[in-house]
Amino acid sequence: MAKSLSPLEVYNLLPKTNCGKCGEKNCLSFATRLVNLEVEVERCTPLVEEAQYKENYVKLKNLLKPPVKEVLIVRGDRVVRIGGEYVMYRHELTYRRPTAIAIDVSDDMSRELIAERVKQVEEFGYPYIGKQLKLDLIAVRSVTGDPARFSEVVKTVLDNTSLPLVLCSLDPEVLKAGLAEMSGDKPLLYAATKDNWRRMAELALAYDCPLVVSAPNDPTMLKSLVKTMLECGLEDLVLDPGTMGGEGLPDTLVNFTMIRKAVFRAGDELLGFPLLGAPIAVWLGGGRALDKKWEECYLAGMLIVRYADILIMHSLDGWVLLPLVMLRDNIYTDPRKPVSVEPGLYKIGQPDETSPVMFTTNFALTYYTVSSDIQSAKIDSYLLVVDTEGLSVESAVAGRKLTADRVAEALKESGVEKLVKHRYLIIPGRASRLSGEIEEATGWTVLVGPLDSSGIPKFLDEKWYKPKLWEGGAQPK
Amino acid sequence: MSGEKRGSKTRRSLEAIIADALNQLFKNLEDAEIELEGVEIEADELELEPIMQAIVSQIPKPVEVAKPAVKPLPERLLEAEFTPPVTEYPGSIVEVKIGATKSEGGTRSKTVVLGGETVPAFYTFEGLNPNPPVVSLDVFDTRIPLARAVRMEVKDVLDDPAEWAKKAVHKFGAEVVNLHLVSIDPLLKDTPPSEAAKTVENVLQAVDVPICVGGCGDPLKDLKVFEKVCEVAEGERILINSVTLDMDFKKVAEAVKRHGHAVIAFTSMSMDDARELNRKLYEVLPKEDIVIDTTTAALGYGLDYAFTIMERTRLAALMGDTELQHPISSGTTNAWAAREAWMKLDESKWGPRELRGPIWEVVTALTLLLAGVDYFMMMHPLAVKTVKQVIDRFTMGGVFDSEKYLNWVSSTF
Repeated sequence: MAKSLSPLEVYNLLPKTNCGKCGEKNCLSFATRLVNLEVEVERCTPLVEEAQYKENYVKLKNLLKPPVKEVLIVRGDRVVRIGGEYVMYRHELTYRRPTAIAIDVSDDMSRELIAERVKQVEEFGYPYIGKQLKLDLIAVRSVTGDPARFSEVVKTVLDNTSLPLVLCSLDPEVLKAGLAEMSGDKPLLYAATKDNWRRMAELALAYDCPLVVSAPNDPTMLKSLVKTMLECGLEDLVLDPGTMGGEGLPDTLVNFTMIRKAVFRAGDELLGFPLLGAPIAVWLGGGRALDKKWEECYLAGMLIVRYADILIMHSLDGWVLLPLVMLRDNIYTDPRKPVSVEPGLYKIGQPDETSPVMFTTNFALTYYTVSSDIQSAKIDSYLLVVDTEGLSVESAVAGRKLTADRVAEALKESGVEKLVKHRYLIIPGRASRLSGEIEEATGWTVLVGPLDSSGIPKFLDEKWYKPKLWEGGAQPK
Repeated sequence: MSGEKRGSKTRRSLEAIIADALNQLFKNLEDAEIELEGVEIEADELELEPIMQAIVSQIPKPVEVAKPAVKPLPERLLEAEFTPPVTEYPGSIVEVKIGATKSEGGTRSKTVVLGGETVPAFYTFEGLNPNPPVVSLDVFDTRIPLARAVRMEVKDVLDDPAEWAKKAVHKFGAEVVNLHLVSIDPLLKDTPPSEAAKTVENVLQAVDVPICVGGCGDPLKDLKVFEKVCEVAEGERILINSVTLDMDFKKVAEAVKRHGHAVIAFTSMSMDDARELNRKLYEVLPKEDIVIDTTTAALGYGLDYAFTIMERTRLAALMGDTELQHPISSGTTNAWAAREAWMKLDESKWGPRELRGPIWEVVTALTLLLAGVDYFMMMHPLAVKTVKQVIDRFTMGGVFDSEKYLNWVSSTF
């Protein structure tokens, strides 16, 4: 934790009744989990509900406040949280709120196009380690500068999606027209600049919405804007230091890095807000759409690594967005949690004594991918998970964490030899160079499986069920 | 929401019960090792929304913070100062030179220097690092399975490493050629050391850039081949890829030293292993002969580990950890192990794999560039071009057009 809090310091502000309502054995263990950011303080219901603890609750909230403020963008029941970060580098603890990705629609687009884009954003989803990778927000831009048109388009968007919004215009009158359609919600307003800040502040105060302050390539001006907005009574701010591809790329990344470092290493509270990146800016100026998409993708990727908390993008192509949602997931994965599964024998479906025996490694992603491929093909089988210290097949073979001896040991310990009549072991294609050694170490006959588990169904269809290895003369040893 | 719920008491209590059970389940999930055997959940069979609402309704409302009294807004912008937050780093990375020109005893017309950093990657507000990261291309001495998008680019040279190397340099812009002697694997072709060394000589003749020579991963065979290769390439200062903890590293190091080369110390995502291997190599080699590789995993397949180990390694080195002050090499080609990089997916949703593959390699490379990688081993020409462009932009500097930037809000795209 940035301020290196001690659990004891936190414990002293808890009720100390060890009531267990939070699910922990006692208040001290709840305090430890709070310091490790594993639970929210609101799990301690007495602290929140009972008047006697009110003062301590406020103190505790303050004590646990992240150096990068958490800002909420709200639409009905849907909330996108950005910021709330406690560390500069993920290995110092963990990052918390994955970079939110907003896709734009603009008020010069037809109703049909807007509806189609919004639908695509809503429906975007890619299955990954047991979850769906999704997009988060719609950014509505005013290109026409016409408030009436903007409010019309906001309405169209609202009719087509329940996703939270970012409203984008440098003209407060235009934003106001959009806000009028969204009573009760808190869209993110883009943006206050050195020129329009006063009217933007009034608007954000009147509608109680989070506000972006923008000062392209000028951190001093950005701080000045923040200071002024805080003086106005606004607290939910998002910082836009400017995003540019091409020649502007170095400054862009350096600004993001300097700002985040100023928060965590120099204690600069004025910069302690979420950072907004706008890879969409690469679309300015001419050029081929394909080149723009390409650049928007890798620029967004670099910003996800270098501290962006929210991104506004224009490309909707799957090949642009898929690497980004995956990168975001990787970077925001808690590095303290091992991404491995328990080694051992897993049954998939209802295997019997003639079912195939395959092995894979205990890297969680490898395991989930392989088992879901086998499951979706509805093949009853035994999947032996070999302990490779959480490495994938390829890395484990290269790093000698997957060896014939380890496979032999795992096979023996699993007891699978009592469960099947045959002695055929299907090994991952990426471990094919070990096939001879595995045969020697295990005494089983090795069948080299496909390079990727997506090929398992076809492989079994050709190599397993047709020869019926265990029948007739081909009875395995 | 809560008003409605109070109206139908039975339903609420049922939901509350489910919510409690779920809370308990969440808690158990967090506490216990996840046990997956026999568990099958069909996501669309579950009706989560009402239950989630019930949970949400149970989450206590935070204390209302009183709104500050309305006061007049400031008339003009308040001033603030910004000073870039600069750290003094006590450590720096050694420079490792690859390749040797005629005057240096070799035959290369270009050489590269890896490392030399005094600040983290692209912290240009703290200082400028002396040597831009280097991009090399992979060349294999035998046919191996390649992703379609890659194979299409090199199909005319697949059986001739020297021609492949030429294409990598002249057409794709390789600054260094990475020759992988895959065929020496006793489990594949078991090519003898003399023949493998011949391939190295051919490639050295075909191109004038420095070369890096990789083995097959068999500790015994690699040793034999590396010894021979070091001998025939004497004076060229090639980079041997790689020495590992489980091989006779002392013998490899001695061969590298005897013939004036450099070596990559490969470890598997462990800073402790990296330090240990380096300590052992120091007994034979000067620091200036060692590059480290802490393992690269593909985007989506462990990139987070690779990234964090590299970032930590670099920061520790700059903060004074003398056993980690080496340039970092990355087998970025591993990006192609991700199925999203090469597999046919629904094209209307995820685009052609001809784009997905190279962009996968780009995003993997640029993520690691930001962690501090000095030496990239890459494969797809399009990915190579982009990564070199990004590195160039950082090296040349450039202008951020702040007047233009905000136009994105109101432009038609």
